[in-house]
Amino acid sequence: MTTAHDAPESQGFRLSQLIYDTRYRSLTIQVVVFFIVMAFVGWLVDNTIQNLSALGKDFNFSFLSQRAGYDIGNAIIPYNNDMTHGRALLVGLINTLWISFLGCVAATIIGIFVGVLRLSKNWLVARLMTVYVEVFRNIPVLLWILVAIALLTEAAPAPNAYKINPTTGEASASMILDSIAFTNRYTAIPSIHFDRSLGVIDTALAPISLNVLAIVALLIASLWVNKRVLTHAANMQEATGVRPTTWWKSALILIVPMVALLFALGFNPDEPVLQGFNFKNGTNVSNSFVALWLGLTLYTAAFIAEIVRAGILAISKGQTEAAYALGLRPNRTMNLVILPQALRVIIPPLISQYLNLTKNSSLAIAVGYLELRGTLGGITLNQTGRELEAISLMMLIYLAISLSISGVMNVYNNRVKLKER
Amino acid sequence: MSDTHAQTVAYVRDTMLDPKPAPANQSGAIQWLRENLFSGWLNTLLTVLGILAIYGFVSHFYGWFLHGVWNANSLAECRQIITDQYGQGATGACWGVIRDRWHQFIFGFYPPELYWRPILTFLLLFVAVGPVLFQWVPKKLIWFTPAYPFLAVWLLWGGSVWGPVLVALGFVLAYVVFNFVSRFGTIGGFAAGAIFAILFWLFGVSPLAEMLHAAIPLGIEPVESAKFGGFLLAITLGAGGIAMSLPLGVILALGRQSDMFLIRTFSVIFIEFIRGVPLITLLFVASLLLNYFLPPGTNFDIILRVMILVTMFAAAYIAEVIRGGLAALPRGQYEAADALGLDYWKAQRLIILPQALKISIPGIVSTFIGMFKDTTLVAFVGLFDPLKGIPDFIRADFAWKGIYWEPFIFVGAIFFILNFAMSRYSMYLENRLKRDHR
Repeated sequence: MTTAHDAPESQGFRLSQLIYDTRYRSLTIQVVVFFIVMAFVGWLVDNTIQNLSALGKDFNFSFLSQRAGYDIGNAIIPYNNDMTHGRALLVGLINTLWISFLGCVAATIIGIFVGVLRLSKNWLVARLMTVYVEVFRNIPVLLWILVAIALLTEAAPAPNAYKINPTTGEASASMILDSIAFTNRYTAIPSIHFDRSLGVIDTALAPISLNVLAIVALLIASLWVNKRVLTHAANMQEATGVRPTTWWKSALILIVPMVALLFALGFNPDEPVLQGFNFKNGTNVSNSFVALWLGLTLYTAAFIAEIVRAGILAISKGQTEAAYALGLRPNRTMNLVILPQALRVIIPPLISQYLNLTKNSSLAIAVGYLELRGTLGGITLNQTGRELEAISLMMLIYLAISLSISGVMNVYNNRVKLKER
Repeated sequence: MSDTHAQTVAYVRDTMLDPKPAPANQSGAIQWLRENLFSGWLNTLLTVLGILAIYGFVSHFYGWFLHGVWNANSLAECRQIITDQYGQGATGACWGVIRDRWHQFIFGFYPPELYWRPILTFLLLFVAVGPVLFQWVPKKLIWFTPAYPFLAVWLLWGGSVWGPVLVALGFVLAYVVFNFVSRFGTIGGFAAGAIFAILFWLFGVSPLAEMLHAAIPLGIEPVESAKFGGFLLAITLGAGGIAMSLPLGVILALGRQSDMFLIRTFSVIFIEFIRGVPLITLLFVASLLLNYFLPPGTNFDIILRVMILVTMFAAAYIAEVIRGGLAALPRGQYEAADALGLDYWKAQRLIILPQALKISIPGIVSTFIGMFKDTTLVAFVGLFDPLKGIPDFIRADFAWKGIYWEPFIFVGAIFFILNFAMSRYSMYLENRLKRDHR
């Protein structure tokens, strides 16, 4: 008679089980790794404390409330050298965000154009775009920024070259479209002017223009109304199968109130005009800003072009053919079938390009544009001698920017991504 | 045949007509032009714009290139020659700066009589990576690959041969210890080998190296890191960073995919932190903060410090690329490995990683290209990179004050060639490894 054996007699817990038993092994490894990492961190902290005390330094951020004493040429919010290092940090941070935002917008526009044109059937244009993409992708962005600043400072004329020579009746340099002038010190562009301005509210952080506020509010309101109209049209289509025409309603809602508001405010661009040796009236944007913006934009646009191209190529030809078989015209095929699917492929790498551009904006150091790295990580660091505080704060801020951009874009990505059951 | 027809029909052709040539506008160059350049009003417009752009570019710059001067020792001399030859107001490239200073662009301030060392190191690099990169290279050469890093360090920095030899010996000893102890368990063997090697490097290497050097003084003239510059610096940082970041990246990617909570958390924190900050801030950590983090009195080489931070930077990106590859593998591959009874490391080594790395090749190579481009940022911590450090140094010389475009074009062209070659290689590798089961 065979009898089923009982489970082997429990021998209790043995120490070797910590390594040989898969139930405990992962726990053992984690505990060991935890202690190693903690010991390493502790060692670093201990070294830091020793080094700091040897230098007679401490770790505190009170320097942020001391007087900064240096000027920032491109401050967007009011700033002067009597303000604190903290305020300088804020100015730098806003400059970083501003250049990153402008760079992302421009790079996206150029990138989409180049990416689509690279797929064009036109042999010449496709080749030209390939050359652009390969040249810009394979050469460091620092070179493009340096080329841009060298172009502006070495090759652009002095402001007074735009002056009309009384004997010949011509200027040696001419403005683009009569409104943009590149000079070796700054680029003069038109500024926005309101004849009947609503005024400005002064807050501690920054003055807020009521005009801009009104325009933004109107924009949001009209977008909201437009969305309501479109939803209504979609519902009608669901219910009756016939979609009411919406384009003229949309146009009416989006354009007419905005034009009315701008007219009421007396909106007009203020063209730069040469007076004496400099341009007046318009806005003079410093060359360091323009060079950094150009370099970052053109470099990142090459990457975005490749992303767009890959996204469009990733949609199989069958999708286009199916859309044609359904009787859709080419432009509707693009809008309704290809683009919504391509966007899913395009968005995630696009996010990382935006992040890269934001991080690359720290190369402003090469052209002397004072953004976060130039203020907090540059002059403030050098003046106060607090490397540890300044660099760790700077890294934390960059980290926060990166995480919030990727967070926002991930929300968007989740909305457009393939909904699977 | 024709006879039979001749009786029934008046005339029958018994040979086929030769096909007529296609109309002139449907064949040859004209057809190609119509299809590829002028197939519609939009395409025609684009073509015209393209031609205008090329014309604008060429007409602006051909003179400048055509008037290039190679034999000049200063910018003023260049301009003089151009004015003499091509008349007042002519512009031209002054390649004389490249002829005069090419050695600084390539080698930085490395002693000229020792140029053979970086050149030899560079050539040996191909011998070392050949067996890894190309199939047609004899496989026996693979033994040279692991020895190469030590040889390269010795050749570049010079000094006593015993330092690199002993460091390499540490790896050998670790392997011996691992083999010995792993009879009692793989993990134990791994830990014992690692601990032994670390202890050996910390406490054994420097006294032993001194002893051996006193006994057998084998060495070449040392060159300090401050003398490194130009492409020598960029390639040293790039190649070193690539070699070290790949294994670290694989480990981080596996850590991030791990089932163990703490290991996953540490990996995520490391990767996200590094990816969230610009490289330039990490370089500042290398140059300013590392002295705070290390025991008082430690001061080691700036190139090594930068290389460590660059490696960490690249490793975080590579980890994300490889994680993508790991995630793209079908679940069945993991389950098949489990079903075969392979343990974790064997499954990773034999089944998962070969496939995951293959999928990740394009991403890995573009990370490497990015890292190589980013080595130019070391200019901001005071090293002489070929893009900013060296040209700024050259412009500081009165003879070459104000020379911008020629260095940009020269350095940009070299970067372009190297990076373009890398991206082409990644395409070749993708093709070679394609197994067509997709």
